Amino acid sequence: MDWFTEFPAMEKSALRALKKSIDGGFRAWTREHGDTVETFFEPIKQMLIWSEKFLLNTPWPFILGGIVLIAWLASRSWKITVLTFVTMVLIGYFDMWDNTMRTISIMIVSTVVSIVLGIPIGIAMSKSDVVQRLITPILDVMQTMPGFVYLIPVVMLLGIGKVPGLLAVVIYAIPPIIRLTNLGIRMVDKEVLEAADAFGSSAWQRLKNVQIPLAMPTIMAGINQTIMMALALVVIASMIGVKGLGQPVLQAIANQYFTLGMFNGLAIVGVAIIFDRVSQAYGKRLQAHSEEVHGK
Amino acid sequence: MVSDTVSTTSNGPAANQNSSIEINGLYKIFGKRPKHFMAAVKEGMTKQELQEKHGHVLGLKDINLSMQAGSIQVVMGLSGSGKSTLIRHINRLIDPTVGEVNVGGQDVCKMGTKALRDFRRHETAMVFQKFALLPHRTVINNVVYGLEVQGLPRDKQESEARRWIERVGLAGFEDNYPNQLSGGMQQRVGLARALTNDAPLLLMDEAFSALDPLIRMDMQSVLLDLQKELHKTIVFITHDVDEALRLGDRIAILRDGEIIQEGTGQNIVLEPADEYIQNFVKDVNRGRVILAESIMKQGAHPGAGAQVLVHDHLEDVARMLSDASAQAVNVANDNGQVVGHLDLETTVAAIVKQEKRHTSSDTQFTI
Ligand SMILES: Nc1ncnc2c1ncn2[C@@H]1O[C@H](COP(=O)(O)OP(=O)(O)OP(=O)(O)O)[C@@H](O)[C@H]1O
Ligand SMILES: [Mg+2]
Repeated sequence: MDWFTEFPAMEKSALRALKKSIDGGFRAWTREHGDTVETFFEPIKQMLIWSEKFLLNTPWPFILGGIVLIAWLASRSWKITVLTFVTMVLIGYFDMWDNTMRTISIMIVSTVVSIVLGIPIGIAMSKSDVVQRLITPILDVMQTMPGFVYLIPVVMLLGIGKVPGLLAVVIYAIPPIIRLTNLGIRMVDKEVLEAADAFGSSAWQRLKNVQIPLAMPTIMAGINQTIMMALALVVIASMIGVKGLGQPVLQAIANQYFTLGMFNGLAIVGVAIIFDRVSQAYGKRLQAHSEEVHGK
Repeated sequence: MVSDTVSTTSNGPAANQNSSIEINGLYKIFGKRPKHFMAAVKEGMTKQELQEKHGHVLGLKDINLSMQAGSIQVVMGLSGSGKSTLIRHINRLIDPTVGEVNVGGQDVCKMGTKALRDFRRHETAMVFQKFALLPHRTVINNVVYGLEVQGLPRDKQESEARRWIERVGLAGFEDNYPNQLSGGMQQRVGLARALTNDAPLLLMDEAFSALDPLIRMDMQSVLLDLQKELHKTIVFITHDVDEALRLGDRIAILRDGEIIQEGTGQNIVLEPADEYIQNFVKDVNRGRVILAESIMKQGAHPGAGAQVLVHDHLEDVARMLSDASAQAVNVANDNGQVVGHLDLETTVAAIVKQEKRHTSSDTQFTI
């Protein structure tokens, strides 16, 4: 009755051999192609280095001014602009400016990468049910797999540093933008599409003139979620050497520095709120046409 | 009995290239396996049976219709009778289950992607029942859409668009978004968008249904004026008999996806094919539909007090009779020759008479 009380698992030695051979295979592949992979990611690495340098080397008043200006231009709301200003000043005053710049840098790059990859994938999914059926389960896995697990192959492949960190962040944060691009395009009113067709729009014209603009609010919601998820991964990414607000938090956990952890944690929250409010306000402003409804 | 009153392009100015429409043996079944039920439908399965037993919708059944280039073809029928489905086949927004749709001698259903796109860009324009405006674009940017897609220079797009926006009475609203406008105004944006395209074939799906009576009359006049100038081929869907009779050179009546009568307005008013159609036309002002030549008696009348033309409507004849306080008027043809006469009694009787040939006890038709 052994098999009844104890699940009849695979034999221990066989299991060990299986794991070993997969790991071994992957390691061998890495050794062989590691350089190619690295060259492939070189442009992204340069982009990361450049943006971090830019944010750190520019005197802080310019950066602060720039951030506040962007917040104003995107949201056109005094409340959000003032909130941004106060948050950034507090961060600077409590000596977290440099780490915040590093975090913002990787956030921006990973968001840009997510958008550049995610929107075309979302469009492809919206165009074909087959593609949708193929990609959806992959996205499910990406979103539910604990962040640490896919750090492992990334580190095996690229070691520790900025690029693997970025990769981890993108893998974790890209699903919402893909999903919501797909959803947004699929939700576009059939009648309006029909009208676009009736006037002889090409596939590109109908995408550019009708589908993307009408899906934009949904896509913006996806971008917003992507940014938030990227921020959430900052602490985990710091485990593989991504510098920024995550590292002091990690340090604080290890050494039980409550205040250090708290300050940096709050700084992450502050940055998150700024990104969230500004991107949401921008998304709303894009929908100006649906705000003044006739008869209101 | 009556010669056709279709106005042909022959006497118009430089008529457009041939955009006559020939629809042959067109069937449309909506559902997962439309082809599978074709045989049954051809053998006479009704729309109701197809729907209840097999979950498929019979959209159109054996449509054969030919529309002359430069004429206005009206399509009428109750809600759900297949009007929108029919008009969508003409620019192939819907693919037929079987059948052909020839426009200018070319089968639309056999066109490749590029040919179809060019056909839609240059040969057709459409007004939608539910407007289908681009909600994120202002009125002017909606109206230029057809020309924008064609790739015309922007200033040309705008000048054309502004002209039509003005013509439909929306000057001053160019920079509003559709949902800042009333339903009737939105419909006129859709109208301007189609007219700006200046295509020889105009497809209008209940294009005036959201307009108030005054603006509606006005838009009908715009369309008729336009037609005098440009001789487009227009397919016009409406629920409104008066509109159908005013605009249509010919009228087709659909029921449950089938054409049950097709002819001139006068044909349909004088000889409704069944009770369904009789119900449609029973409140029509017959004086404005029936022509003098249709009911005139042969030869001149000795006591005729005035003269009318063969193409005059009975209403005009009656007015003439009363103005001249005469017993009868003579009817002359286009060359001024007297070909017949009409007396007061005949005229009035024709105007007020209700056809009683089909009564509600007529069991053949159930609505
Ligand atoms: N995409 C579709 N799928 C299934 N059935 C459809 C579809 N489109 C139309 N139908 C059916 O085809 C029939 C004809 O519809 P259609 O829209 O052509 O009617 P209509 O004459 O334009 O009516 P209305 O006057 O209300 O606009 C209806 O029974 C409708 O339910
Ligand atoms: Mg309809």
